[in-house]
Amino acid sequence: MEVPILKQGGHLIAAIQAALTDADLIRLQDALVEQVGRYRSKGVIIDVTALDVMDSFATRTLRSMAHMIKLRGAETVICGIQPEVAFAMVQLGLTLEGISTALDLEEGLALLNRRTVNSNQSV
Amino acid sequence: MEGETRVHIGSEIDIIEARERGRTIGKLVGFHPVDQTIIATAISEIARNIIFFAKQGTMSFEVIAEGNRRGILIVAKDSGPGIADISMAMQDGYSTSRGLGLGLPGVRRLMDEFQVISIVGKGTTVTMKKWVAHYD
Ligand SMILES: Nc1ncnc2c1ncn2[C@@H]1O[C@H](COP(=O)(O)OP(=O)(O)OP(=O)(O)O)[C@@H](O)[C@H]1O
Ligand SMILES: [Mg+2]
Repeated sequence: MEVPILKQGGHLIAAIQAALTDADLIRLQDALVEQVGRYRSKGVIIDVTALDVMDSFATRTLRSMAHMIKLRGAETVICGIQPEVAFAMVQLGLTLEGISTALDLEEGLALLNRRTVNSNQSV
Repeated sequence: MEGETRVHIGSEIDIIEARERGRTIGKLVGFHPVDQTIIATAISEIARNIIFFAKQGTMSFEVIAEGNRRGILIVAKDSGPGIADISMAMQDGYSTSRGLGLGLPGVRRLMDEFQVISIVGKGTTVTMKKWVAHYD
């Protein structure tokens, strides 16, 4: 299932709708890395609210996605990790160290807006 | 919910199918939503290992009872290359695939009972159980 990528302000929002196969995740990664350049976005939100499982592969892919987006000059916020999913991830031993997270889309956007305003001021 | 159901694991789609099957059975048996997610996550790891290392296999699901407790039994079987050193494979961070190496040790933490039997050149069988927890 293709993940729709929406543009809001200067940000990209990847709104995951349902469980993704590994190939879907890789496609999302490629699309985001490309679109950050095409739209000169400073921020990306990956909304994982609809994911009912985050296993080691999904976590590893999200992590490398965020790192690639960083290398392309934008910030990533992962939002919407469900409480049960967070619980299972911790027990499995999975972390999203170094990656920004937010409770939901609204908080994620607020975080990105603060970040990108600050970085605009500092240059 | 009687007998066992089996899912063929041969492609990525089957990973999703297997974990949905596990979640559905988990719900029927009376697992808490957190435990349903834990079971689905464990299934995802083990099914992905089958795809990744053995290409294909099967995963079967069964409702089990012992005394007055109920649970789920999941058996994953493949005829892949097998694991040469299981105790090594069970360690956090050990991976022959540039993975995180968290699958097997993580699943051991997620489930109540966990066993890996593997013969090099013959295949691997992973057996795992989880019992319904009574929060009282
Ligand atoms: N079904 C299997 N057949 C053959 N080898 C296996 C199988 N499952 C696991 N292994 C071996 O055990 C190692 C550890 O597995 P584990 O799931 O813990 O880590 P991984 O799959 O390499 O990485 P991760 O699961 O974190 O993405 C694997 O790297 C592989 O060598
Ligand atoms: Mg694995």
